[in-house]
Amino acid sequence: MNSSGLQDRSVVFGGIIVVISLIFIARLAHLQLISSDWSNYAGQLTEERETLDPMRGQFLDRNGELIVTNIASYDLLVTPRNTKNLDTIALGRLLGIELNELIRRLDKAAAYSRYVPSVLEKQLSAMEYAKISKELMLFPGVRSRTRSIRSNVAGVAGHLLGEYREVDRADMKNDAFYRLGDYKGKSGLEAKFEKELRGVTGARFHIVDVRNNVQETLNELDTMPIPGKDVTLTLDLELQKYAEKLLNGKRGSIVAIEPETGEILAIVSSPFYSGNSLTGKRRGLVYDSLRLHSWKPLYNRALRGTYRPGSIFKMVQGLIALDEGVISTSTVIECDRSIIGCHGPHTADDLTNAITHSCNPYFYEVMRRVVQRGKSENKLEDASLGLSNWNLRIKEFGFGTNLGGHIPGTRMGSVPNSEYYDGLYGKNHWGYSTIYSIAIGEGELLTTPLQIANLAAIIANRGYFREPHPVRDIGGLGKPEGLDSLHNMSVPSRYFDPVVNAMQNVIEDPHGTGSRARVNGITICGKTGTVQNGDLEDHSVFMAFAPRDNPQIALSVYVEYAGSGGDWAAPIAGLLIEKYLNDTVANLAREERVITFEYE
Amino acid sequence: MSSRKYSIFKNFDWTTLSIVALMMFFGWINIISATSNIEIVEWLDWSGKGGKQLMWIFICSGLGYLILNIESDFFIRTSVLQYIFTLILLVAVLIVGKKIGGARSWFSLGSFSLQPSEFAKPTTALLLAWYLSRDSTKWRSLKVRVISFLIIGLPALLILLQPDAGTVIVFAGFIFVFYREGLSGNVLIVGFASLIIAITTILIGVTNVHYPYLGLKSGIGMFWILWVIVGAGAIYLVRELTVPRKRAYLTRWGIASIIWGLLISIGLHMGMENVLKSHQRERIHVLFGIDVNNPDADYNIRHAKAAIGSGGLSGKGWMHGPMTAYSFVPEQETDFIFCTVGEEWGFLGSSIVVLLFTFLILRIIFIAERQRSKFTRIYAYGVASILFMHLLVNIGMVLGLAPVIGIPLPFFSYGGSSLLGFTFLIAVLLKLDSERFSILR
Repeated sequence: MNSSGLQDRSVVFGGIIVVISLIFIARLAHLQLISSDWSNYAGQLTEERETLDPMRGQFLDRNGELIVTNIASYDLLVTPRNTKNLDTIALGRLLGIELNELIRRLDKAAAYSRYVPSVLEKQLSAMEYAKISKELMLFPGVRSRTRSIRSNVAGVAGHLLGEYREVDRADMKNDAFYRLGDYKGKSGLEAKFEKELRGVTGARFHIVDVRNNVQETLNELDTMPIPGKDVTLTLDLELQKYAEKLLNGKRGSIVAIEPETGEILAIVSSPFYSGNSLTGKRRGLVYDSLRLHSWKPLYNRALRGTYRPGSIFKMVQGLIALDEGVISTSTVIECDRSIIGCHGPHTADDLTNAITHSCNPYFYEVMRRVVQRGKSENKLEDASLGLSNWNLRIKEFGFGTNLGGHIPGTRMGSVPNSEYYDGLYGKNHWGYSTIYSIAIGEGELLTTPLQIANLAAIIANRGYFREPHPVRDIGGLGKPEGLDSLHNMSVPSRYFDPVVNAMQNVIEDPHGTGSRARVNGITICGKTGTVQNGDLEDHSVFMAFAPRDNPQIALSVYVEYAGSGGDWAAPIAGLLIEKYLNDTVANLAREERVITFEYE
Repeated sequence: MSSRKYSIFKNFDWTTLSIVALMMFFGWINIISATSNIEIVEWLDWSGKGGKQLMWIFICSGLGYLILNIESDFFIRTSVLQYIFTLILLVAVLIVGKKIGGARSWFSLGSFSLQPSEFAKPTTALLLAWYLSRDSTKWRSLKVRVISFLIIGLPALLILLQPDAGTVIVFAGFIFVFYREGLSGNVLIVGFASLIIAITTILIGVTNVHYPYLGLKSGIGMFWILWVIVGAGAIYLVRELTVPRKRAYLTRWGIASIIWGLLISIGLHMGMENVLKSHQRERIHVLFGIDVNNPDADYNIRHAKAAIGSGGLSGKGWMHGPMTAYSFVPEQETDFIFCTVGEEWGFLGSSIVVLLFTFLILRIIFIAERQRSKFTRIYAYGVASILFMHLLVNIGMVLGLAPVIGIPLPFFSYGGSSLLGFTFLIAVLLKLDSERFSILR
């Protein structure tokens, strides 16, 4: 019938069909199994994901008092692909936005995504929102979203808590958690504990039709938001408030630590600002005014201010000298004012009196003995070896370190070592006579108010400190690990007695420089410091702890350009100690004097 | 009469009928999904498309039963009449037809519309089978070839006037029938080579080249010049490297190839630029990933691919595809019905559909080859070719492998005309096949 040649052609035809169907199946596999592009695109077209923001964790004080919480505000969102026939002129009028600005924002939103809602106007207060809410439905593609904003209800500790504000491009790129218009902690504790505070976002899924009308909700995919964890701070809200009140109108800082635990009880840098002033629509204006102010309110003096420690440093010198065995508690050194000046009518002191009198020649000699140990024939090399040892011992007290860095923004200050002077003068080109000013806390030494408060804690504890930290508890899980690492000084605790005695004398001696810190019924130990500023007024510095036995509070007070340590820092310290230990302040005259302080 | 009936069911190809029935059922299921929202199922709502399709399935079952009970001679003897009748319909539709979607392809009969081109396919297949199976017809004769091409060319031309490019392409599928009946295999090779040249022409046609003294012009001119130069060089090389005896033959073929390629390329390019409307040109450009200015040019195919791609391995489940339910894919119950399959039944479901079609067409080829009757064989090849072209163009389109050309997916797409047409094709084939032992034609 058929020639077999033609019949074979059925195989060719069949083969073509099989090849085509295999191509189709391969294409199906590519579209459906291998590539997720088309599936994602379909999701983009049909699914609308509504993000449910979690409540951000709150900040509480050590007693559970509320410091920072969240209050409702309203954002207006725009979904660009739904804005057909949007009356931009009417919308601009309703929102009080210039037309050009409104169009710029709409373009920005469209550039970000046509499908994902973007923020058009943010943080309307409940009052503002109430005015416009009724008319909002007239504008297609525009809807509102309730969003909580930060409210520092206590109005304190702006520096420590830091800023909570809108994410930038880099934030969104680094962490998919954030979308345009989201907020995050940008500095301070808000930033440090961002992951704990922010919680987990929930989502509600809708399916939309080709005209973007919501058609159904996919409940099985929905997730509820998980609120952020509350952070309990170590701050004592009353003390913090009082500290801010006392420093108001002054430049300076206060750091108060619970000596036994290293917990920060109060930390103030003045001038300060309320955390609330940096939220909301006016943030930009407020920020600029803070940035440009000559007193630098954004600068956290408590952590970042570096000052020469002055007389306060003499106690550390004495403790190290005792432990090095170059003096004993009874060693008396003549007040030889030929090399270095002194003040007051003393002629020769032991350690306690030398601290009380703040005797410069005494500590010149003490540090000379520490540094010049005769370990080398060459005097200059001997000084270099001695200084290296001294440097390590000073750092043990936390100077030149960030003290664990548990408070964001902590600076290290500086404690010079041999290499530092080698760099300055050349190796073996300097001796003790070149560097002796550091013996009395001057020269190249730089310390921060936090380090000085920590020194007060070390002396209060007679030889140890726990790293200062601002957090007691996160989400009820207790104190995070590693916050309060223990540091034991190699100076034995018995050597602290003469220092503590001297510090008590500073307060209680009729001629003591810290007598203005005295509080009836509380044995306070303190030490004044006076940081010279050339032609300008000195910085008034005071460190103290109280009570002498079983100390509850250790602190440093700095008042810049205010005079000697006893004049202003000491009474402020006294008031704070009285407030913290007695809950009330009896010495109202002192309080009045401090509060009415004015720079000349 | 009774012995004839007995023979029908004895030699009846149940396999083919089962596949077709399965396809109709599965198609109906998908039409319901494509035309309902997720909440509202238009089950047996006779006004809905699901209900209407079911009604058409019943009508087609009746038609099929009727055909199986008609003497098969009837189809052979009336093939000329039927062909002429459909030609008249095709002419009539151009005059009194209703214009839907830019094409005058429909007779409007109250609430129903009939598409005569759907019936032109089976009648053309019948006439071709009748003509080529006559004892006097020899494929080698030029006259036979010309008449054969005229048989498919006449309805194709009338359909082109509607215009309905998709159905015209289906008519091109009859080339496989000719191939089986003796057309040189070179035709397929030439066709394939022409396709490659055509694709190259389209891709190069959109490039711009800076010509000295002429400025920026389409790169296609450069392509034509290079085509001739490189082609001439190739012929020269081949001439030098082959034995003298073959030189004349190869040269002749080479020159013919160069001219043929050039003609195709020039013709296609001119056609693209001057004949096609801009939206048609865009559809072709979209297919080749060429950037078109109109962002909605690839809207259909983008949404089609998204619907299919989102199906994953096993799909979202019947009535659970949002792309399908909320009308993201246009024409999703007719030409784009395969998107619903892809979205709701996933890779497994859509692969099964592709395999079902493959199996059906291979089965028909198998049926064709077991015939003693030349008429039945040629007719069966016609049926296989038509189904194959529909598969190729329709699924190729929704998968983004072929340009957007609207033709239905047999037995799946919603629509009475196409279902009647395909039922007629298959039923006549089954009738003829059932008599494969009883009649020797």
